[in-house]
Amino acid sequence: MDFVRDNLPYILAGISVGGQYALIAIGYTMVYGILRLINFAHGDMFMIAGLMAVYAVTWMPLYVAIPFIVVLTVLLGFGIERVAYKPLRSAPRMSVMISAIGVSYLLQNAALYITGGLTKTYPNIPFLADTITVFGATTKVVTVVTPFLTIGLVILLVILINNTKIGMAMRAVSRDFETSRLMGIKIDSVISMTFIIGSFLAAIGSILYFTNYTGVMPTAGAMPGLKAFVAAVFGGIGSIPGAVIGAFIIGICENIIKGLGWTTFSDAFTFALLIVILIVKPTGLFGEKNIDKV
Amino acid sequence: MKKLSILLALVLAMTAFTAGCGGGEEASESGNPVVKIGVFEPASGDNGAGGKQETLGIQYANSVCPTVEIGGTTYDVQLEIVDNESSTDKGPTAAQALVSSGVSVVLGSYGSGVSIAASDIFGDAGIPAIGVTCTNPQVTEGNDHYFRICFLDPFQGTVLANFATDVFEAKTAYCLSKLGDDYSVGLCNYFQEAFEALGGTVVYETFPEGNSDFASYVANAVKANADVFFAPVSTEAAVLIIDQAAAQGLTIPLLAGDTWDSNVITAAAKGKNVEIYVTTFYQEGGDPEFDAGIKAWIEADSTNLANNNGNTDLAAVTAMGYDAYFTALEAMKAAGSIEPADIMAALPGVTYVGVSGDISFNEIGDANRDVAYVKKCNAADGVWEFVAVQGIE
Repeated sequence: MDFVRDNLPYILAGISVGGQYALIAIGYTMVYGILRLINFAHGDMFMIAGLMAVYAVTWMPLYVAIPFIVVLTVLLGFGIERVAYKPLRSAPRMSVMISAIGVSYLLQNAALYITGGLTKTYPNIPFLADTITVFGATTKVVTVVTPFLTIGLVILLVILINNTKIGMAMRAVSRDFETSRLMGIKIDSVISMTFIIGSFLAAIGSILYFTNYTGVMPTAGAMPGLKAFVAAVFGGIGSIPGAVIGAFIIGICENIIKGLGWTTFSDAFTFALLIVILIVKPTGLFGEKNIDKV
Repeated sequence: MKKLSILLALVLAMTAFTAGCGGGEEASESGNPVVKIGVFEPASGDNGAGGKQETLGIQYANSVCPTVEIGGTTYDVQLEIVDNESSTDKGPTAAQALVSSGVSVVLGSYGSGVSIAASDIFGDAGIPAIGVTCTNPQVTEGNDHYFRICFLDPFQGTVLANFATDVFEAKTAYCLSKLGDDYSVGLCNYFQEAFEALGGTVVYETFPEGNSDFASYVANAVKANADVFFAPVSTEAAVLIIDQAAAQGLTIPLLAGDTWDSNVITAAAKGKNVEIYVTTFYQEGGDPEFDAGIKAWIEADSTNLANNNGNTDLAAVTAMGYDAYFTALEAMKAAGSIEPADIMAALPGVTYVGVSGDISFNEIGDANRDVAYVKKCNAADGVWEFVAVQGIE
């Protein structure tokens, strides 16, 4: 029992942070699947969602503020795609990626300007921020809620992709961009939908993440964003279950390493894993196989 | 071609105009000559909150005493404020900007790491710098241009170790510092030395830049059966640690150095079940006249109020910034000149009675200080309470 009590906090922290990485990683992986673009601004969207919550609660009650910031984040994601990526649709892929890096820095610096560089404390969400005791380990409710919510959302997403018309269109576009356009699929609306879903999940992820780790600063999205990206690559970029499993593995391993006393190397582990995966299995755990056409 | 020549003429006219503005001896509105004091402080990044509070003290001192009489001439003091972004790679650029703007003396920085990083820039330019609250010994060691008005980490670490053993009868201490941060790593090392000399054991861990997940660190402290949690890290990380400690129901006291003496910490701890103790330079109420003056001044301006985290609770660094400004003025008066080289020569002999105590320098350029104030955070009301004046035997 002592063993469980001593080690449970690490597993709990790992599962919850893994679930939060997963919600961000899905955004990376879906956009990559459809546009072959690594949306570097995604981590910063996550930070902006956190920042919006900080300011939103000063004007409105919490139960209005939460839907409000989710909608606003979705609009922001949609807007970024329309303004920064859509005009570059026929440009080389590298141009879009550089545009994404530009958006990332724009968001970070806008946040720096708005906050004046100071860390803002995330509002206290009742229930989620309460403490509970699980098998002798005390933690916030959000830690326990996160994995279930994440898995629930992923199941919904998979149903959406497999059983709806827009889902079918997404699968078609990810398989072959040009052909699906020729078949009459409205490419732009499919891409917008992808960004809307990605931003929605990032907004939910930000609520969960910042409720647990309450400091929102302009660079707060960078590290979770990078780790979620590693998770997406680890699981096989383009694959949704892959991204989720990758995120949980990274979150749990990171915390176990901290628990073993190698705190200094917890980040180094994540990035070493990225290198190893790229060398050993470049397509990741569940990545699409590269078929060479003759 | 005609268009081009018009453009050329315009550009020429503009250059002539700007040259006209910048040329000649600089004079302010009042007609007095100007002496510039550089303020080398973080306004963003890890130490943004503390840097802004320290700058507030300097700005308030400047509003109290905007002129100085040096060698029979009255000068207007102009503050040149730069943001070193709490970053050791961006700090030198900010320091260079101060050097280029022709400052006579530099104050700062909050955070020893940036001060060490920028030290050579000031040294090469021959400009003296006065550290306000950078407590790492390396800031002043081995150079002639860096001075400081606060106590040092070996002292502070020993005070905290004594405090931990005296008050909490601590046998095991959990120390947490940020990788590559001179301040927290240094202070943890001095604490460890002193604590182990007193017969205790130390579990020492570090966290990497950009980390905001402190759940496992708090769990590690519990697993180590620590009696105190010593985390002299930046306020940004502190807020997250306090939050996580409360979430996991950590029962041992959190101990930290001067950095945590900020209303950012009391705001984070308010309403939570945590015990926090810090050592610091100044206790609010030490000089009621100063307290009242600066509070009114902060209250009167919304920007100042925002920079002080939205209320008028005084941080010790603000008082130190205030004293640093007057120490710089004293140095100028003693030098009888606004030349950086003369001020540097005069600084070792400068003495000043500040709100935070008497200031004089030893041969290394450090202030002679032998007491620290210990404060406790009253988590119910979110205010600091005075505990003791602690020295070392």
